[in-house]
Amino acid sequence: MTGSLLISLFRQMYRIRAVEEGIALRYPEGKMRCPVHLSIGQESIPAVFAQSIALNDFAVSTHRGHAHYLAKGGNLNTMIAEIYGKSTGCAKGKGGSMHLIDLAVNFMGTSAIVGNSIPIGVGLALSAQLKGTDQISCVFLGDGATEEGVFYESINFAAVRKLPVLFICENNLYSVYSPLSVRQPKGRSIAKMVEAMGIEVAVSDGHNILSSYETMKNAVIRVRDTRAPLFLEFTTYRWREHCGHGFDNDIGYRTQEEFLEWQSRDPLNNLEQQMQKKGSVVVSSLGKIKSEIALEVERAFEFAENSPFPTQSEAYDGVYA
Amino acid sequence: MSHKNFTSAINDAIYQAMEIDKSVICYGLGVTDPKAVFGTTANLEKSFGSERVFDMPTSENAMTGVAIGAALNGIKSVMTHQRVDFFLLAMDQLVNSAAKWHYMFGSQCSVPITIRLIIGRGWGQGPTHSQNLQAWFSHIPGLKVVMPTTPADAKGLLISSILDPNPVVFLEHRWLHNSIGEVPDGDFRIPIGEAKVVRDGADITIVSMSYMTVEALHAAEFLAKHGIFCEIVDLRTIKPIDWPVIFNSVKKTGRLIALDSGFTTGSVAGEIVARVAMEVFSSLKSSPSRLAMPDVPEPTSYGLTKSFYIRSKNVAEKIMMMMDRDSSSIGNLLIEPEPHDVPGNWFKGPF
Repeated sequence: MTGSLLISLFRQMYRIRAVEEGIALRYPEGKMRCPVHLSIGQESIPAVFAQSIALNDFAVSTHRGHAHYLAKGGNLNTMIAEIYGKSTGCAKGKGGSMHLIDLAVNFMGTSAIVGNSIPIGVGLALSAQLKGTDQISCVFLGDGATEEGVFYESINFAAVRKLPVLFICENNLYSVYSPLSVRQPKGRSIAKMVEAMGIEVAVSDGHNILSSYETMKNAVIRVRDTRAPLFLEFTTYRWREHCGHGFDNDIGYRTQEEFLEWQSRDPLNNLEQQMQKKGSVVVSSLGKIKSEIALEVERAFEFAENSPFPTQSEAYDGVYA
Repeated sequence: MSHKNFTSAINDAIYQAMEIDKSVICYGLGVTDPKAVFGTTANLEKSFGSERVFDMPTSENAMTGVAIGAALNGIKSVMTHQRVDFFLLAMDQLVNSAAKWHYMFGSQCSVPITIRLIIGRGWGQGPTHSQNLQAWFSHIPGLKVVMPTTPADAKGLLISSILDPNPVVFLEHRWLHNSIGEVPDGDFRIPIGEAKVVRDGADITIVSMSYMTVEALHAAEFLAKHGIFCEIVDLRTIKPIDWPVIFNSVKKTGRLIALDSGFTTGSVAGEIVARVAMEVFSSLKSSPSRLAMPDVPEPTSYGLTKSFYIRSKNVAEKIMMMMDRDSSSIGNLLIEPEPHDVPGNWFKGPF
């Protein structure tokens, strides 16, 4: 892996984390008056995605979608403004954190309903097939969504119609506070189950940035070449509470020990350490990246804070096209 | 102008829309099978190819999501389900996504999909094959809901629905599929949201939709012979409702009865009674009323469905009561047809 690739991956991961830490820091101020689902700890997957995907490819995501939006190239200022409910928000304040969109980069939307955006991503792939373009459609989902009926329906249709969809499952072990152990039988591999439905699959440890990068890059190439669906499963772990800015290791559904063990495998920290071993040129560029990103994030919050709220009458606009 | 039945008019509408707009596709379970959804999708695959007209997995929910995703990139889907009841699995995609996409993403992209759902009654369809759930759909902001009565309206409204930038639920009553009428040829459109006065009268306004308009017409015909003249407003679209046509009619007649093929509580008819009472109360000479299906599931047995449906007899009886007229003889004059559970004696089933 080249130095420039490592730097790009670091930049992506660091930026996503800085944005979400920025949200967590300011959330108690009460100015972001909507639920937020942070994915701090899970950044390696959007980072390798950002490095592998083309601008005109489609992507849809979930309630925990900030990172995917940013990785696809979504505008940071309008995302933060959306979370603040401002008129400059990416959905003009109608959607909030759980409804992010940036059509300029073909990030087509996120849904607050588990599993809901999966078939929508499949439909985008159908549109690419009908129009004969080389685009692929990427669907981010969590392990909880693999328990929804619509997941199986969507995989099945993508397989039978042979559609260029890349399903990207971030398995963070919990659906809200319910562990996999109470939701799926012991020993199940989600990827193997999907493979049995007739599409190609690959798995990777989301804490291993290098293997995750290879897995993602190859999958994107494979879907683009074969025009057939592929399913990826990444192991990962959500650090913060399910919904909100804090930590919830004390409420009884997981232990502090478990959390610390996963946190010690932090893909961002691991990558930074690897890069520091590479020598001074790389290390000096890391400092520059960090300060650039800190400034960018600061400005995004300023943009949001300084933007006006939509006028009250706009609440009634846009019900129909 | 051609003489054709409702199913041919539907078929013609899809054909025309696919001719007009190359981004229109048509799919649903059975659209390419030998029965072609009661003939409504016959020959479409032959005309437009299997890329644009195709059968699908039995996955109502995901396929609705597929229609949404395709719509976001400019593809207009016409989906068909053989019963409204089957489509209930897709309420998540319809209600949480299709209906709200344009609004919740700040009016940046819309979801032009048309979902054809077949409603009905009778012939042993029973509790889960006979529901008329138009009120559910009309409750959801962002959806348009269309319920045509005549073959011409079916064609004109379906073309408009397919080319509309919003999600449209298009409800076809199975008892209307074989009805025949004059249908304009070619690209013929009727705007969504316009009700139609299908019979003029001075004494009472009947507001109805879909098959209930047929019952209303029979009742009006009967009542005219007894000196009561009904004005019938066929809604055609139940979301958005054409309020001015209803209010103007009630202002003229001073009386209202709203008919509904769905269950009574929370019905579209209830909404019409409420709005008329609120907006044109001073024009009313008597309490407004409604007739809708009872709040019980439709039973299956031939024996249990006798006198179960709202028929022209019930409508005429109710109107005579509202007009302070003796209705005791109606039972003998407007008898329920035998058999009572089919649109006509010629109907041999299956449904």
